[in-house]
Amino acid sequence: MFGVFWCILTRDLTLALRRGTDVLTTLFFFVIVVSLFPLGVGTEREVLEELGPGVVWVAALLASMLALERLFAADYEDGTLEQMLLTFQPLSLLVLAKIAAHWLLTGLPLVLIAPLVGMQYHLSDTAIWVMMLALLIGTPVLSLIGAIGAALTLGLRGGGILLSLLILPLYIPVLVYGAGAVTVSRIEFTDTQPYFALLAAFLLVALVFAPVAASAALKISLE
Amino acid sequence: MTEFFAQGGFGFFVWGAYGMVALVLLVEILQLRAQRRTILARLGRLSRMRDFGARE
Amino acid sequence: MALNWFRFASPAAFYPLAGRLIPLFWVLTVLALALGLYWGFFETADRLGGGNPQKEYYRIIFIHVPSAWMSMWLYVVMVSWAAIGLVFNTRLSFMMAKAIAPTGAIFTFLALWTGAFWGRPSWGTYWDWDPRLTSELALFFMYIGYIALHSAIDDARRADRASALLAIVGLVMVPVIFWSINCPDPNQCAALHQRSNLTTIEGNILFAMLTMTFAFWMYSFATSLMRLRSIILMRESESLWVRELATIGGRA
Repeated sequence: MFGVFWCILTRDLTLALRRGTDVLTTLFFFVIVVSLFPLGVGTEREVLEELGPGVVWVAALLASMLALERLFAADYEDGTLEQMLLTFQPLSLLVLAKIAAHWLLTGLPLVLIAPLVGMQYHLSDTAIWVMMLALLIGTPVLSLIGAIGAALTLGLRGGGILLSLLILPLYIPVLVYGAGAVTVSRIEFTDTQPYFALLAAFLLVALVFAPVAASAALKISLE
Repeated sequence: MTEFFAQGGFGFFVWGAYGMVALVLLVEILQLRAQRRTILARLGRLSRMRDFGARE
Repeated sequence: MALNWFRFASPAAFYPLAGRLIPLFWVLTVLALALGLYWGFFETADRLGGGNPQKEYYRIIFIHVPSAWMSMWLYVVMVSWAAIGLVFNTRLSFMMAKAIAPTGAIFTFLALWTGAFWGRPSWGTYWDWDPRLTSELALFFMYIGYIALHSAIDDARRADRASALLAIVGLVMVPVIFWSINCPDPNQCAALHQRSNLTTIEGNILFAMLTMTFAFWMYSFATSLMRLRSIILMRESESLWVRELATIGGRA
C-alpha cells in the first residue's frame, strides 16, 4: 500500500523537477509579493516589524493557492486521473501522495526562503525561527484544504479565480494562528506553544479528513 | 410625526438600516417574479413550437 | 396511517404543494412584519438604561439580530438539504439547497449592513474587526463560494454534488473559523468572548425581536419556495408534466 504512495510521490516529484519552472514561479511569486509590501506601506523599521508576520503569511496563502490549480490539472488532461480512479488502491491514499508531492514542491521552498524574507522585515532571530516552524506546520494544512477546492473546480472555465473564492475563507484559522505565533514571539515572556499546538491539531485533522473529502470531490468531478 | 422620523436624531442610521433591508428584500421578490415570468414565457414558446411541429 | 415520506421528494409532486404553501407564508410574513414593526417602534422605550444608555438607534436590533440568526440558520438548513441529497440521491434536496443559498447570502449581507449602521452611532465606526462582524463576513464568503461554484458548473448533477460537498466542508470549517476569529490569542481567550443572554432583554424588545425573526423565517420559506419552483421548471422543462403545465396553465 505504501508502495503506491511512494510511487506517485516520486513520479510527481520527478515530473515537476524535470521542468523546474513551476517550483520557481511559486517561490518567486512569494518573494515578489513580500517585497512589494514595503514599497506600498513605507519602509520604517517599526511598521515593517509590525506588518511582517501578517504579510508573509498572506503571501504564503496566495502562493500556495496559485499553485493548487496545477495539482490535478495535468493528470486530468492526459487521463491519468481517471486511471487512478479505476485502480484497486484507495483513492484517498493516491490523493494524499499527490498532496505530499505538491507540498514538497510549493510549501517547503516557502519555509526555506522564510529567513530571507524575515530579514527584509527586520524580524529578530527568534521570530524567524518561529516563523519557519509555523510555516512548516501550517503550509501542509493549506495544501490539504486546498486540494478539496482543486478537486471541486477540476476542468472548469476560470477555475483558478473560482478556486481562490472557495478556498481563501477556509484558510482563515491557519492565517490567524500562523501569523499570531510570529507576532507573539516578538513580545518577551509569552508562550508560542499554544499556537503550535493548535496548528499541529489542524494539521492532524486535515491529514485525516482532507484526502477523503478531496477524493470524494474528484469522484464527483469525474463521473 | 417628524419626531418619529427623526428617531431622536438617529434617523439616518435607523432608516438607513431599515431602508436597506426593505430595498434588498423587495428587489429579491421582484427578481423572483421576473425570473418566473421569463421561464414560463420560455416554456410557453417551447410548447407552441412543439404544437406547430406536430401539425406540420 | 402510513405516510410516504418520499412522495413529495419528486419535483412533480412538490411543485403544486409549494405553490399552495407560498401564499400562506406570505400572509404570515406580512402579519408578523406588521406586528413586529409596530411593537418595535411604538411599544418600546426610546432609550435603554444602563451606565451607557443606548438611544433610539438600538431599534436596529429588530432587524439586525433576526438577519444574523437567519444567515446562520439558513446555512445549516442549506447544508442539511445538501447532505440529504448526497445520502439519498434525491434531486429535489439539491434544488432546495440551491434555492436557499441566495436568501441566506442576502440575510448575511443585511446583517453586515445593519451591523455597520448600528456600529457607527454606538462605537463611532461603521466597521470594526469585532469577532461577530468578522465571522459574519466569513459566512458571507462561504455563501458566495457556494453560489459561484454552483453557477460555474454547467452539468446540473455535478454542480449539485460538488457544491453540496463544498457546503459540508464549509459547515465543518465554520466553527473553526468563528473560533479562531473569536480567540486569536490562545493564551488569553476569555477576554474576547461576548456573551448575550435572552433573559436579560426587556420583554417588549424581546417580543418585537422574536416576532421579526418569525417574519424573516416565513419570508425565507416563501422566497426559497418561489426560487425552488423556478429551478424545478427549468430543470424539468423536458418532462411531460411541465410541458402540460406550459400549454394549459402556464400563461395564466
